[in-house]
Amino acid sequence: MSSKVTNRIALSVIILCAAVMAGILVSLLSYILFKGVTNISWQFLTTSASPFLAGGGIKDQLWNSFYVLIITMILTIPIGVSGGIYLAEYAKPGRLTSFIRTCVEVLASLPSIVVGMFGMLIFVNYFGFRFSVISGALALTVFNLPVIVRVTEDGFRALSLHQKEGGLALGLTHWHTIKTILLPAAFPSILTGIILSAGRVFGESAALLFTAGLSTPDLNFSNWNPISPNSPLNLFRSAETLSVHIWAVNTGGIMPDVSRIANGSAAVLVVCVLLFNLFARALGKMINQKFSGK
Amino acid sequence: MKISKIATADPASRLDNNAKLINEKGLLWRLTDRASETRGKMFIYSSALLMIVAVIAITLFLMIQGLRAFVVDHLNFWTFITGTQWYPDRTVNPSYGAFPFIFGSMAVTFLAALIATPIAIGTAIFMAELAKKWGTKVMQPVIEILVGIPSVVYGLIGLSIIVPFMRQHFGGSGFNLLAGAIVVGIMILPTVASIAADSIRAVPDSLRQASYAIGATKWQTIWRVVIPAAGSSLVTAIVLGMSRAFGEALAVQMVIGNVTKLPGSIFDPSATLTTIITLSMGHSTMGSVLNDALWSLGFLLLLISYVFIVIIRFLSRRRNA
Amino acid sequence: MKKKNLLAIGLAFVLSLTLILSGCGNGNGSAGSSSSKSDSSSSEALSGKITIGGSTALQPLAAQAAKEFMEKNPNVQIEVQGGGSGTGLSEAQAGNFDIGMSDVFAESKTNIDAKALKDYQVAVVGMTAAVNPKAGVKNLSKKDLQAVFTGKVKNWKEVGGKNQKITLVNRPDGSGTRATFDQFALDNKTPAEGITQDSTNTVKKIIAETPGAVGYMALSYFTANDKSVVKLSLDGVEATEKTVATGEFPVWAYEHMYTKSKPSKLVKAFIDFMMSDAVQGKDVPAQGYLSVKDMKVQRDATGKQTDK
Repeated sequence: MSSKVTNRIALSVIILCAAVMAGILVSLLSYILFKGVTNISWQFLTTSASPFLAGGGIKDQLWNSFYVLIITMILTIPIGVSGGIYLAEYAKPGRLTSFIRTCVEVLASLPSIVVGMFGMLIFVNYFGFRFSVISGALALTVFNLPVIVRVTEDGFRALSLHQKEGGLALGLTHWHTIKTILLPAAFPSILTGIILSAGRVFGESAALLFTAGLSTPDLNFSNWNPISPNSPLNLFRSAETLSVHIWAVNTGGIMPDVSRIANGSAAVLVVCVLLFNLFARALGKMINQKFSGK
Repeated sequence: MKISKIATADPASRLDNNAKLINEKGLLWRLTDRASETRGKMFIYSSALLMIVAVIAITLFLMIQGLRAFVVDHLNFWTFITGTQWYPDRTVNPSYGAFPFIFGSMAVTFLAALIATPIAIGTAIFMAELAKKWGTKVMQPVIEILVGIPSVVYGLIGLSIIVPFMRQHFGGSGFNLLAGAIVVGIMILPTVASIAADSIRAVPDSLRQASYAIGATKWQTIWRVVIPAAGSSLVTAIVLGMSRAFGEALAVQMVIGNVTKLPGSIFDPSATLTTIITLSMGHSTMGSVLNDALWSLGFLLLLISYVFIVIIRFLSRRRNA
Repeated sequence: MKKKNLLAIGLAFVLSLTLILSGCGNGNGSAGSSSSKSDSSSSEALSGKITIGGSTALQPLAAQAAKEFMEKNPNVQIEVQGGGSGTGLSEAQAGNFDIGMSDVFAESKTNIDAKALKDYQVAVVGMTAAVNPKAGVKNLSKKDLQAVFTGKVKNWKEVGGKNQKITLVNRPDGSGTRATFDQFALDNKTPAEGITQDSTNTVKKIIAETPGAVGYMALSYFTANDKSVVKLSLDGVEATEKTVATGEFPVWAYEHMYTKSKPSKLVKAFIDFMMSDAVQGKDVPAQGYLSVKDMKVQRDATGKQTDK
């Protein structure tokens, strides 16, 4: 076979691979949306799940997903960003740094169920938080931290040295340079990374199974006192999130309309993740234009 | 710290200095700056420390809990990991042989890698070599969205498409090892593809130009020059994908059938370390032998992910050297 | 300028984070103190919080009863969690759940001190084997059923059915349904390995769609017009609520609620409500359970059956 023919065949195969990849996405999305969107209605989004009758909605689960996400981000961002700053700015090459890097890597590649089991051991049982929003958020923090660290470090490393040197030359201390010059400059890329990671946290389920629980108390959406047990804001109540709900109704649900709920929830979940993605993309683009346009 | 410093300084000269600084109108600013420097550094260092603490705590606590089955319940470690009989419920002579799960996890992982690798590497080559514009404009977003799709959704789709397909074409219930591997394989596709694309992009252009200069076709360049040059990073991409496949729990559980027996073929239902944990955890009481055995499986999962990390580190070290 | 704006946004963000965080900190402290189980000092109006958890099978019934109880007593908060029977028992013993729900007797679990817990049998669930229609069997002797489930028999024709391979569908180790079926249908013989699924819906779906599949589930999942699965009679006794109540059909179990040996007044009030006609007469049958009051026989923890 001539090399030209081989070339053509091989290249076609490669293009086919890419087409398969794109095809998988298109068919996945269209399947989920096609199957699910018909089930999504205002009523589906705004009624509570029913324990055994048909016609349950996902109001509480949806709220829980966002609430757990927000709490996770509140915990993760300060720690993760400063961890990233440490690795980018303060870490000197050496044993300690390489150890911290290994730790970040370990955290990043832990199976999420292991994180969930750890969370159950420590937050649920040892600290006595039980199955709760805070246990779930803490477990997800372990899970999300390495992502934020990496995003921050990459953001800082992508900055030009001039900016840093400029700050130092002005007589600013290192921290002040970071705070006033580098962090704002790296902010857009960090923010984009954070929003993308939010999508991941939003869809996580295995880590939440043993930490945030498989149930939600009767939430009273007119009670915003975070201490009251049925307040949506209470950190110490159990909180089944949307992705856990999909798994739970599929493996243990006894309501007759399991597939309607599962497909509808999956569609809502995917739409949310898509929105996160589009939002991050648009934001990145906008900020990029602003910076380069100046 | 600060107090002791001030105390040891000569008071007269300090006053003098202070006066000077105040005259320069910079004292306040400088003081707060210095304090903020210390505070900022402290915060940053403690964040770095926290990550070390997290890793150590996870390892330590899972180890303590995971070793209970052997220390407290006196299960034999060797029969635990090599035994094929998992009958924790049997009233007489219960037996805890976890080998079917270890095997199931391995089988799913390797099959998934087998399914994902060709498509992922092909896509990566497409993005990085053939159509760079298309690659960044179309394929990059496609991959990012695929990465973002939650694993339960993959499981749900496996349950509603792959399982019925298997049932129709291969008989049985449709829940089997292959269904699990396909679901996980598709799930790790984008991860492998995007890392592979990065490593192909990192191959210096001079190599390609040299190859074209001696009259090589595009494919010859890719096959003989680019892929060998990207070599170990491509392997890293695959290993990373495998480590993700290994740890996946719920998506696999929904389609694999969860049979605690060694599968005879890829069309037999099977179970993995993760699926048996999610399935049995709630039914066991804390401190019972079954519960302890499940924690041991969790610890095993952690150990094996460490093995993956070591492999990845080894590969990347070889690359850097 | 723009950079400054961004910085301001960033700072505002961080500031709000700290505020929220400190707010959470306060929340922690007070939540801890307020959630203490009040034994309600006043004699009439009940108030306080109950946490119920455990068996996912019983969860819907408990959730429904809790909802009705809270409507009657607006100052009471009841949280119903899942987690499985094992979790229910361990957490009830540890005091994390005020009421632990379980499909099995506490005595059957090791390292649960059954004497320290008080058992309330709130409902009865009957179950039987479900078979795919293509297997061609409607009735099996107990011996044949055991042969099927222990894997001695691989084809339905060996027990009088059609020429169809047998596919087993099991429940996870430790699950109450499995324990009951193993004990009363299989006489404690260990079932052979089969596909394992937690959810009755999934089990039913697999049996309906897989030729030759057999599994087991609660009676409420067999409906009269539903021909997708065959409800198996045992030794010629059809599994109905009536035969279970009279004790003719052996495969049934209690649904339990366990409390500490001295439940608080509030917990006791809820248990009383569970046993009242409002729940036993309406919610219990609505969810396919039998009321304990209708049972003509009773059972102890060892499975010995006596007339009431």
